[in-house]
Amino acid sequence: MKVSITVNGEQRTDEVEPRLLLAHYLRETCGLRATNVGCDTTSCGACTVVVDGLSVKSCTVLAVATDGSQVTTLEGLAGPDGELHPMQAAFRAEHGLQCGFCTPGMVMAAIGVLADNPDPTDREVREGLEGNLCRCTGYHNIVRAVRTAAQAGPAAGQVPQAQEVEA
Amino acid sequence: MIPAPFDYVKVTSVEEALEALAEHGEDAKLLAGGHSLLPIMKLRLAVPTALIDISGISELSYVRVEGDEVAIGATTRHHELERSAVALAEVPLLPHVAGRVGDPQVRHRGTLGGTVAHSDPASDLPTALLALGGTVVVQGPAGRREIPVTEFWLGFFETALSPDELVVEIRVPRTGAAGWGYEKFTRRENDWPIVAAAAVQGRVALANMAGAVVRASATEAALAGGASIADAAALADEGTSPNSDMHADADYRRHLARLLTRRALEKAAA
Ligand SMILES: Cc1cc2nc3c(=O)[nH]c(=O)nc-3n(C[C@H](O)[C@H](O)[C@H](O)COP(=O)(O)OP(=O)(O)OC[C@H]3O[C@@H](n4cnc5c(N)ncnc54)[C@H](O)[C@@H]3O)c2cc1C
Ligand code: FES
Ligand code: FES
Repeated sequence: MKVSITVNGEQRTDEVEPRLLLAHYLRETCGLRATNVGCDTTSCGACTVVVDGLSVKSCTVLAVATDGSQVTTLEGLAGPDGELHPMQAAFRAEHGLQCGFCTPGMVMAAIGVLADNPDPTDREVREGLEGNLCRCTGYHNIVRAVRTAAQAGPAAGQVPQAQEVEA
Repeated sequence: MIPAPFDYVKVTSVEEALEALAEHGEDAKLLAGGHSLLPIMKLRLAVPTALIDISGISELSYVRVEGDEVAIGATTRHHELERSAVALAEVPLLPHVAGRVGDPQVRHRGTLGGTVAHSDPASDLPTALLALGGTVVVQGPAGRREIPVTEFWLGFFETALSPDELVVEIRVPRTGAAGWGYEKFTRRENDWPIVAAAAVQGRVALANMAGAVVRASATEAALAGGASIADAAALADEGTSPNSDMHADADYRRHLARLLTRRALEKAAA
């Protein structure tokens, strides 16, 4: 069936099978490979993307169920000139990654954490990222990165589309 | 893991949902947040021929006061319930428990109607609802009917709902700030409970101690008879039939039920 989804600010219409999962739609139909599939059981968070302003695990959402939605993946965060989103910049500054497999999902979930709570404590960051597993167990630096990003102001808790909609 | 093929129908009203259920027959399933249904479809434990997506029925997304009850629409997401000012003021147990379901991403998708209809014995919100008392309002071809929460969950994935009906609303008494406690034991901070206990005004419900969520009736009777919290909580596992699995054996679950019941009752009394 036909779906119209705005992916990283660009509206596209695709013919998809109802059983296609959002994670596979993004990776295969859209060619956006940052969104990783780790556990495929809604546990690890590697597939986290932002749908209409809320972080979701895209391995447990049907692409057809996001018809008409705004979907943001890691690829949609940096500005057109390559300027990193504050969360990306903070992950880089604090070395919030090791192998990088969990990183796209962590970054997307971390933006959601700041959307709910712009100035979280370490404990609140850990609770907010509870649905994301890092196989390298690099959690300390990830928590530090999210707290650093919080200092950059409200933009750290928003995905670019949300800002445009508000403007 | 990819689900088997199915037809997908998106509906925007209760009438459309009921029509679609009638049209697609017994092998059709409603899809709300999909966070219980899609995982089992990926494992091919469920193979519905049609999915009727009710997540967009906005008329079923609300939390409001009606007389001495709070009414919550079936498509209200856990995340919305967690933040509802009405729920926080009128029945604070529910937003507290909603905030302890899974992780934020799960709470952004999962709905109250979905967790109620799914009837997983380990689910948090049904446990809280069973302790609160109240009713599940369902709608079918013959109209609406109200099922008391005490008669709704019949067993593992089994409820009093018939296949041509939809859960439309959950109604609970307004408790105000009045005493409540919720204690859950998990391996991670918020995850499926290994055992959980909800206590509200002398009523106690337990998660994961039987085929469905259950009331701790022996504890409730003892409290009503004037027993101390410690003595009443010591009876919490009476009449339950907990499983043994890789997380806990049945005896350990019984121990947890007694311990968590005591803590939940102490919180409710504090
Ligand atoms: C990783 C993970 C962790 C989780 N952790 C927890 C936890 O800690 N505690 C907990 O309690 N739960 C937990 N859950 C379950 C979560 O709360 C589910 O979202 C919820 O149980 C089901 O709600 P849903 O809206 O996603 O329902 P769906 O998956 O869409 O539907 C579930 C079932 O209910 C039926 N249904 C849905 N809505 C209706 C309706 N209105 N009327 C009639 N039938 C309906 C569907 O047909 C299906 O059979 C977890 C889930 C995941 C994936
Ligand atoms: S791949 Fe989706 S949560 Fe792990
Ligand atoms: S950095 Fe390797 S999985 Fe997290």
